[in-house]
Amino acid sequence: MPRLCFPALGTIAAMALRRGQVRQNLRRYLFNPSRSISSSAAYNIEGKNDNKSSKNELELAKFAAMSDTWWDSEGPFKPLHAMNPTRLAFIRSTLCRHFRKDPQRPRPFEGLSIIDVGCGGGILSEPLARMGATVTGVDAVEKNVKIARLHADLDPMTSTIEYHCTTAEKLVEEQKKFDAVISLEVIEHVANPAEFCQSLSALTISGGATVVSTVNRSMRSYAATIVVAEYLLHWLPKGTHQWSSFLTPEELVLILQRASVNVKEMAGFVYNPLTGRWLLSDDISVNFIAFGTKFDQ
Amino acid sequence: MNRAVTRTLSANTHHLRLCRRTLCSATTDHVYHATPGEVNDNVQPYDIAIVGGGMVGMALACSLATTPLTKHLKVAIIDANPALTNQVPINREDPPDPRVSTVTPATISSFKDIGAWQYVQQHRHAYFDKMQVWDYTGLGYTKYDARDVYKEVLGCVVENKVLHRSLLSRIEDTDFGKTIYPSRLMSMSLHPSSSSNIVDDTSSAEALYSRGRLAKLELSDQKSLYAKLVVGSDGAKSQVRELMGFKKTGWNYSQNAVICTVEHSVENHCAWQRFLPSGPIAILPIGDNFSNIVWTMNPKEASDLKSLSEEDFVKAVNHALDYGYGPHPRPSLLDSSSMFSWLGGNMTITSNASFEVPPKVVKLASARMSFPLSLLHANNYASKRVVLIGDAAHTVHPLAGQGVNLGFGDAFALSRTIAEGVAVGMDIGEVSVLKRYEAERRPANIGMMAILDGFQKAYSVDFGPLNILRAAAFHGAHFILPLKRNIISYASGEQRLPLFT
Repeated sequence: MPRLCFPALGTIAAMALRRGQVRQNLRRYLFNPSRSISSSAAYNIEGKNDNKSSKNELELAKFAAMSDTWWDSEGPFKPLHAMNPTRLAFIRSTLCRHFRKDPQRPRPFEGLSIIDVGCGGGILSEPLARMGATVTGVDAVEKNVKIARLHADLDPMTSTIEYHCTTAEKLVEEQKKFDAVISLEVIEHVANPAEFCQSLSALTISGGATVVSTVNRSMRSYAATIVVAEYLLHWLPKGTHQWSSFLTPEELVLILQRASVNVKEMAGFVYNPLTGRWLLSDDISVNFIAFGTKFDQ
Repeated sequence: MNRAVTRTLSANTHHLRLCRRTLCSATTDHVYHATPGEVNDNVQPYDIAIVGGGMVGMALACSLATTPLTKHLKVAIIDANPALTNQVPINREDPPDPRVSTVTPATISSFKDIGAWQYVQQHRHAYFDKMQVWDYTGLGYTKYDARDVYKEVLGCVVENKVLHRSLLSRIEDTDFGKTIYPSRLMSMSLHPSSSSNIVDDTSSAEALYSRGRLAKLELSDQKSLYAKLVVGSDGAKSQVRELMGFKKTGWNYSQNAVICTVEHSVENHCAWQRFLPSGPIAILPIGDNFSNIVWTMNPKEASDLKSLSEEDFVKAVNHALDYGYGPHPRPSLLDSSSMFSWLGGNMTITSNASFEVPPKVVKLASARMSFPLSLLHANNYASKRVVLIGDAAHTVHPLAGQGVNLGFGDAFALSRTIAEGVAVGMDIGEVSVLKRYEAERRPANIGMMAILDGFQKAYSVDFGPLNILRAAAFHGAHFILPLKRNIISYASGEQRLPLFT
């Protein structure tokens, strides 16, 4: 029983977070009737061909106001702040191993260029910069990028991060390349995950690393994300998630493989409500993260 | 583009940057000596400011200095104690100081991990592998042996100054960037953080402070400094705790502890504790023919005891450890092991060990000191950029010698938490990082405090039925091996509650 309900709770929390992290994107795309035919850059809020309804404008304004609370670790995104170290622990261990960096050093990522696709307020970008990486954070939402910029400037260790309001596709067009490409909790909100993975892969140097996290399409994730988070707790408006568009780990591995990325490691996240900590686990039935390496086509 | 806008606003920051540049080089000295009247513009921020460089504060510094992930951190230690700056040699020939600590196997193992135990071993220290606990009614009696838990020792008694010096020596082996401020904390403040009040883009300490990224500390010698994280290891009367408004719970025991060093004619190898009507008396080996006495009683008795002549005091101690206040545990009671044989005949090796009287004290070897006892617990140990460790977070009854071990436990846990935070690129002053330390240590400390307080309360009444109950508890602890093992493990600092393993 606890094994069943801990990850479920985790997902509820993750849902609440995700609402913040990519909420503008998510709204835009989930309420956007044209999403099924739009480009893979589903998080592109500034998309020029979108028909902006007044409802979306309202939603956006509300979310923009909420963005100021992004960085309050005791605020509404507390669970996200709690989950962040766990995601980073996975990234640290996989990237250190892949790039042969010493994990005992405080700044093991020195010399690595990393892009955080869908960076939101910069909650992942900043720790990566403190770990020594040269970080680029991109988000399609102007407001997110501004918040991230303002916050990163508070600390000299993170003020080197380059934030841009753009999309992965545009960067591909500009032929940008990075040692590691990381996109967490974004792919479940894009219209075409396969194309999105192609973009992530195109941004990765040959022999570089790609890290993606998302929510599984399982009965438990259905229970947690749709039934509990949307219908029982009303943490999210009904219809926020399209469970059918979630990816299973097998599907993610497959589309990454087709995009020339070999998935080498995968882990699940489970939440322990007693300690308030997220743990890495073999249980990938709800939240999971995948690390892959780019091979030459 | 947004960045460009914010940066144009930096009109008045030029001189701040200059200050910072000129002072960078000045702060690499390991000891920052106070010069009277000096204007302090030392604005290079520290990663961590440890307020209180006692045993627990130095254990934190030492652990940070020897951990690969944290040894690069810049640490300030604020303490007016001259022992930090002028190291008077410790002479092994001097009689031991009455201020000693009983360190548990868990603490010893942590000291070994950070490489500080080798320095302890160069000085006087006394391991003990047996412990006898009994009470004045003649009913309660138990004896513990390290062999019961397949261990070499139950603990080690070390003078506080030796523990402190050992940690300091270990730190000096490393190239850890520590700066000692021989001063006292007068005030500290945090600027409410908000991304809205950004007016410039400098990284000067003052600017970072105004953005809520640093805490500012002002010292008694007019100096001030900035740090990402402030650690309050400044004892039971913690300034950090009071200045930052941490709420606390606690009460005085209206008991005083009298401590001193005594000498026997033979060497003592066992820790002894007897519960007397007014409180426990403990006699602990400290090496050579010396022992340390911790005797708890009401304040009036304590002052009387202190004013006794040396001869009378020695008599009083010997009386209290022998037939004083009540009989020895009766041999018939010691045969009652058959009462528990239904538990599986799982008798301990030492359950048949007979009662012994501690070696006689022949001489007082130090001054007698007395201090009041109290229980105190901070409701929280962590808030933004501030964290409490050791006695600043909790003081306990000294009856099982656990206080400093809880403090060391805090120091090592906080060091691990900081290393974990550094590993995943967190700002180490963030409350989400510090709460992990609190979540680890609070339940452990509360558990131990409750047990010690319970003991104290159980012995604060002399009442027939309660005496029998206590005796029954003693017998359970003496004859039921799994229970006995649990008690020893718990007291050794392994973080498990008795019975629930």
